[in-house]
Amino acid sequence: MALTGLEIYKQLPKKNCGECGTPTCLAFAMNLAAGKASLDACPYVSPEAREALESAAAPPIAKVILGTGDKAVEMGDETELFRHDKRFNHEPAIALRVSDALSKDEVLSRVQSINDLSFDRVGQHYTVQAIAVTHDAQEPEAFVQTVELVAANTDLNLVLMAEDPAVLTPVVPKVAARKPLLYAANVNNYEAMVSLAKEHGCPLAVKASGLEELAGLVEKITGLGYKQLVLDPGARSLSRAVADFTQIRRLAIKKRFRPFGYPIMALTTSTDPLAEVLEAVNYIAKYASLIVLNTIAKAHLLPLLSWRQNLYTDPQVPIRVEEKIYEVGEVNENSPVYITTNFSLTYYSVEGEVESSRIPSYIIPVDTNGLSVLTAYADGKFDAEKIASVIKKLGIENKVKHRTLVIPGLVAVLKGKLEDLTGWKVLVGPREASGIPSFARNNFA
Amino acid sequence: MPLQLLKEKNRAAVQKVTLGATKEEGGTRTHTITIGGDAALPFHHFEGEIPHRPVVAMEVQDIEPDWPDALKKCFVDVMKEPGRWAEKCVKEYGADLIYLKLDGADPEGANRSVEDCVAAVKEVLQAVGVPLIVVGCGDAEKDKEVLEAVAEAAAGENLLLGNAEQDNYKSLTAACLVHKHNIIARSPLDINICKQLNILITEMNMPPNRIVIDPSIGSLGYGIEYAYSIMERTRLGALQGDKMLSMPVLCTVGYEAWRTKEAVAPVSDFPGWGDTEERGILWEAVTATALLQAGAHLLLMRHPKAVALVKENIEKLMVSNAY
Ligand code: B12
Ligand code: SF4
Repeated sequence: MALTGLEIYKQLPKKNCGECGTPTCLAFAMNLAAGKASLDACPYVSPEAREALESAAAPPIAKVILGTGDKAVEMGDETELFRHDKRFNHEPAIALRVSDALSKDEVLSRVQSINDLSFDRVGQHYTVQAIAVTHDAQEPEAFVQTVELVAANTDLNLVLMAEDPAVLTPVVPKVAARKPLLYAANVNNYEAMVSLAKEHGCPLAVKASGLEELAGLVEKITGLGYKQLVLDPGARSLSRAVADFTQIRRLAIKKRFRPFGYPIMALTTSTDPLAEVLEAVNYIAKYASLIVLNTIAKAHLLPLLSWRQNLYTDPQVPIRVEEKIYEVGEVNENSPVYITTNFSLTYYSVEGEVESSRIPSYIIPVDTNGLSVLTAYADGKFDAEKIASVIKKLGIENKVKHRTLVIPGLVAVLKGKLEDLTGWKVLVGPREASGIPSFARNNFA
Repeated sequence: MPLQLLKEKNRAAVQKVTLGATKEEGGTRTHTITIGGDAALPFHHFEGEIPHRPVVAMEVQDIEPDWPDALKKCFVDVMKEPGRWAEKCVKEYGADLIYLKLDGADPEGANRSVEDCVAAVKEVLQAVGVPLIVVGCGDAEKDKEVLEAVAEAAAGENLLLGNAEQDNYKSLTAACLVHKHNIIARSPLDINICKQLNILITEMNMPPNRIVIDPSIGSLGYGIEYAYSIMERTRLGALQGDKMLSMPVLCTVGYEAWRTKEAVAPVSDFPGWGDTEERGILWEAVTATALLQAGAHLLLMRHPKAVALVKENIEKLMVSNAY
């Protein structure tokens, strides 16, 4: 809960000297509450007041960064429990496991496959964010070697998973510049882990068994002056994890409970890869900021990453494309003209299929405020008048010789009226965009 | 300092709806199934009772549907016979209920007669002992006739019949009242229409515990997030005591998932998307799993493997997480 102006005012020196740039302490307090000023502007705040105000003014969940440069991922910094209240900010990072018990060749081929994991669908590009090297081998050297091998062969971020500081210590300096996540500080090793993380400025995972232990451990660690933390409450069953993650998020946001004000990480335990994907679907829904997974199959990750993208979209503003004439392929004056809406998902579904029809074409997405075909139609934003005025406005008649439009099969009812209004011939396309290639072959080839 | 957990005190719970009727109750089902009753957000066992697990109904149609091969091959031997198809779903694939869609009734399609539709319902009732959900083909005129006949012919079975919509709910509600069935109230992803429709139906004296909400979902990748948020808001409304949002929720997962490109596109066309079969199964299973977290009680699904995965996920989520 953010502080009100009055609550802040109580902590200020009340000198009304104006040195902060506002004439009175009260006005300054109001600006602070509105996020329009920084406490640093007042030279007279007492250290106690500073502490009270800063912790209350800090975001409920800290932003913690994994990695550096353009591959860096921000975790945490969330303010909501439900996406309908306001958009969730940072999509959870996906880290894929590579064990140090694998042979050198196995590591290399797995890393190669992971590097190749990126997906394009409906105008979106999905990727994974990290490789988690796990220490399963007997010898500590295996960990050092595997981390070095992985690091040399990927530019994804790194999560180093060896709970023994003795195993981590020799390897961290070698990859510290990439700001890997160190996993993990626990009740027994936290002092060594904190000094390792501090020395190299790396984010640190905190692993406990249960929420109570986690809260205590985080307090000890922040007491040592380290706050680049990611929380693992140690839940290894799905139901427990959902409950623990919910409590962490709720307490951080609704109670400003500082020990829980950090991003959460989830580790899957399902052995069947399809079951593992479903496990992770729950963690994405329930507040994980980092998920460590085994499966690296494309068919498994595409659905998972699609879910992540869907959940983290802005609930108020649909993603849209600009209303203009799009050209697919080497168009000419005979190219077909497809009409659709400017909801990004709708537009790209159509574009993908028009492309695979291999017949160069024009596509005109009518501005429907980002609504899909039927939603826009039901809402009166995609009718014959609207379409007629848009094609006129954009001047498609100057680009093609023919006078034929294709409309979505779902709005076949618009045909007659649209023909009357435009004088163009209107072809009713298939209901699903997937029918476009064969439709195009039949009509335009 | 002991940790103070934050448990919400909810004012109310989701309605319980019981589907099916045994012999003693005037039907022929071997058992009944109750959904709903949740006194908390989905799977928050730690702050309220979740008395009934979400269930999965497998879809059967009265005529052989034009489904993608990945689905057809699971039912090749039975797709022409709704009874055997239903039996396979229950015995082999573990369906909790059967969802019979009477697409054959469609005047634009096979245009099967009312009698044929009723016969298909009877065939399925004969073949399986689980409770049954029956919906029409979507043509308002035809559905009115078909569903009234089905309601009468299956009187006593305590079916779940659909769909009632805002501008077309009266005859189905009346039929469900007379012949004692439950009703699906379908709204177009709009919480106000959802509520309004429930008010209209209850004003005809249908008790709220005989209504199931169909919020019209979108599939993974195709608008699921809208459904997710509307379902979360519906559940929050129910827990805060809004009786007209407190009915259990069903989701048409199989239908939505299997019409997406991602579920069916061959790997040869999209090498970057990986194996087609597992991708399709997951497209359906991920859609279902995501919506479970938003409060789904009854999932209408198609692929046996997706059903198995989702049921396993439900088992895991139903383990108590009380502190
Ligand atoms: C998500 C959704 C919403 C979201 C909007 C999301 C958005 N940005 O559009 C929200 C929740 C806001 C919404 C609201 C409403 N919705 Co709505 N909504 C849906 C839902 C679930 C999915 C729509 C979707 O995104 N589809 C995916 C896109 C990609 O599909 P598409 O645009 O149709 O494109 C496909 C095809 O048409 C084709 N295609 C597209 N362009 C072209 C072009 C050519 C040439 C060709 C050949 C093919 C083609 O390719 C695409 C892929 O196959 C559907 C139900 C459903 N499951 O389909 C209902 C649905 C569309 N909604 C409906 C309604 C009624 C409404 C409301 C009017 C309800 C109300 N309040 O009264 C409102 C109105 C909007 C508003 N004022 O906010 C009805 C429409 C009924 C009808 N037949 O007219 C539907 C069908 C639900 C239902 N079963 O009743 N909705
Ligand atoms: S500088 Fe500090 S003391 Fe002076 S008016 Fe501003 S807030 Fe008050």
